[in-house]
Amino acid sequence: MARILLEQLRHSYRDNPRPEIDADWAVRNVELEWDDGGAYALLGPSGCGKTTLLNLISGLLKPTAGRIRFDDRDVTGLEPGGRNIAQVFQFPVVYDTMTVFDNLAFPLRNRGVPEAEVKRRVREIAVMLDLEATLDKRASGLTADGKQKISLGRGLVRSDVAAILFDEPLTVIDPHLKWRLRSKLKELHQRVGRTMIYVTHDQTEALTFADQVVVMTDGQVVQAGTPVELFERPRHTFVGYFIGSPGMNLLPCEVDAAGVARYAGIPIETANGGPVAAARTAAKKQLEIGVRPEFVQFSGTGVPVTIERVSDTGRYRVVHARHGEQAIKALVDEGTRVPEREGHVRFQPDRTQIYADGWIVE
Amino acid sequence: MAAKTVNHKAWWLVLPVVILVAFNAVIPLMAVVNYSVQETFGNNEFFFEGVRWFEQVMQSERFRDALGRQLLFTALVLAIQIPLGVAIALAMPRKGIGVSICLVLMAMPLLIPWNVVGAIWNIFALPDIGLLGRALNGMGFDYNYTRQPFAAWATLVAMDVWHWTSLVVLLAYAGLSAIPDAYYQAARIDGASRWAIFRHIQLPKMKHVLLIAVLLRFMDSFMIYTEVVVLTGGGPGNSTTLLSIDLVKLALGQFDLGPAAAMSLIYFLIILLLSWLFYTVMTKDEEK
Repeated sequence: MARILLEQLRHSYRDNPRPEIDADWAVRNVELEWDDGGAYALLGPSGCGKTTLLNLISGLLKPTAGRIRFDDRDVTGLEPGGRNIAQVFQFPVVYDTMTVFDNLAFPLRNRGVPEAEVKRRVREIAVMLDLEATLDKRASGLTADGKQKISLGRGLVRSDVAAILFDEPLTVIDPHLKWRLRSKLKELHQRVGRTMIYVTHDQTEALTFADQVVVMTDGQVVQAGTPVELFERPRHTFVGYFIGSPGMNLLPCEVDAAGVARYAGIPIETANGGPVAAARTAAKKQLEIGVRPEFVQFSGTGVPVTIERVSDTGRYRVVHARHGEQAIKALVDEGTRVPEREGHVRFQPDRTQIYADGWIVE
Repeated sequence: MAAKTVNHKAWWLVLPVVILVAFNAVIPLMAVVNYSVQETFGNNEFFFEGVRWFEQVMQSERFRDALGRQLLFTALVLAIQIPLGVAIALAMPRKGIGVSICLVLMAMPLLIPWNVVGAIWNIFALPDIGLLGRALNGMGFDYNYTRQPFAAWATLVAMDVWHWTSLVVLLAYAGLSAIPDAYYQAARIDGASRWAIFRHIQLPKMKHVLLIAVLLRFMDSFMIYTEVVVLTGGGPGNSTTLLSIDLVKLALGQFDLGPAAAMSLIYFLIILLLSWLFYTVMTKDEEK
C-alpha cells in the first residue's frame, strides 16, 4: 500500500523528442499526488495519453523524464514485478490452459508463496469475486466478464499490492453486465481499501467510480478534482465540454477595464470577474465565457435568442437556442416554460466563468 | 407444411469438381486397388489373386526394414525440427528491419526445387571436393556418406533439417505474432519467469499452428523421395532405402505391379492412421 507521487513526468515514444514541441510528447509535465486507498479515474479522449500514464505507473514503460515515487521509495527504474502493481487490461488476459484456480494462484506461485497460503488466498478472493463455483473449470471457457474478474483477481490475491490499475476494463463487456461489474469494483474498493486507478474515456464510468477524477487531454492533466468540482467549476474549457451532456457553452467575450465580461456588447455577470480578471486577461488572445447548460435560464432580459429546437429526454429538456451565429444550449426541467420562438437567456452568475486561452481566470 | 423446393439442376454445378476429383484421386486410387488384387504377366492379361500380395508384403523382411528406416527417419526429423523451429521463431526479432531479413532468409530453402536440394547436398558433402566433406575430413573425421551408413543418415537428416525447419519457424512465428502485447504485460506484472511465459502463454497460443506443422512435417517426411534419391540413391547398400524408394524399386525397377500396388495401399493407410493419431492426441485436451 502506498501513496503515489508523480513528479514532472514526461514521456515520448520518439527516439529524440524535442522538449519544446508538444506533439513529440505522449505525456508532458504530469504532477500528481494520489493518497493511499483512494479511487481515482484518468479520464480523457482516445489518444490523450492516459494509457501511457498508466503504463508509466505500472512500470511497463519507463518515463523519458521525471520521477515516480511510492511513498518515499523511488520506483522510476523498477520493473513491473518489483513495483507491486496489479493491472487489468482492456481485453481480458487469462492463461488459457490453466484452471481458474491456477490463474488466480499464478502471481503467488511465481513469487514462491507457500502452497497452503496460496490456497487460502485464492479461495478468499474467489468468494469475493463470485468465482468459487468455477475454480476447477478451464479459464478459457469463461465469458468476457468472468475473464475480466480473473484478471482483477490476479491483482487482488497479492497481499503486497500497492495499487490496482484498470485500463478501460469494461470495453468488451456486454452493456447489461457493465453496470454490475462496475458496482462490484466499487464494492471491492471499499472492502479491500487498495488504491485503484481507473482509465476510461467514458465520463459516466469515471464519475461513478472515482473519488477524484483526473481529466487529461493532449498529454497533459487539465484538472484533477471531485466529480462535483469538475461539474461546477471546470478549470479548463476542455473539462467544460468533455464532461457533461451536453457540454458547457462557450461564448467569445471581451473584458473591460473594470473586469466586466461582455458578450456581443452585453455585460455578463460572472463568478470570477472584477479588477483581477481585468489584469489577468489583458495579454491573452482568446477570451471566453463558460456556462453549463444547466445554469442557463430563460428570463425577460439578457441575451436575446431564437429557439431552434427542443429535445425532450423524458427527465429534462435540452433547448437549442441561437444568438446570431452563436449556439447556446439550455437544460430545463420538464415543467419550465420555454418561449415559443424568441426569448432572452441569462446565466446564473456564480456558475459562469471567464476563461483566457482555455484556462479559467483566477 | 410448405413443400420443399427441389432443384436437381444444381447437380450440374457440382459436376466439374466431381470430375476433377474423380480423375486425379478416385480413379487412380481405384486402379491401384485393382492391381493390388491381381497378377499379370503382360499382354494385358490379369488373374485374380485376392489378398496374396498384401500377405506377401506384410511378411517380407524388406518391407519391414524399409518401414523401420522410414519411422526412424521421420521420428528424428520431427524430434529435431519442431523444437529447433520453435526456438528459432522465439529468437527472431518482433519488429524492425530484422523481421523482413529473417523471413526472407527463412523462406529461401523452401523455394529451392527438391531435386536441387539433393544435388546441393550431394556435392556439398562429397569427401574429396565438397566443402562439408573436405572440412570434416580435414578436421580428422573419417567421413564418407557414399560408403558409411551412419554418415549417410547424418547427411540425410541434416539436409532435411536445413530444408524444412524453416516451415516450422514460419508457422511458429505466425503463431507468436498473433499473441497480443497485453499477455506479455500481464505476465510481467504477475512476475512470471521466461519459462513460465513460454509454458503458459506462448506454447498454448502456438498450439494450433504447431499441430499443423507436426502434421505437415510428418506427412512430408514420411513420403520423402526426391532429395534422398539424388543424395544417396537409397545406399550405401539399402541403408537409406526409405519406403518411397523401396516402392519405386519394386514398381518400376522390378515391375512387380501387384505387390507394389499392395504396398502403396499399406503405405497410404499407415500415413492416414498416423496422421489421425497425431491429430487426436494433440487436440484431445480441447474437448474437455
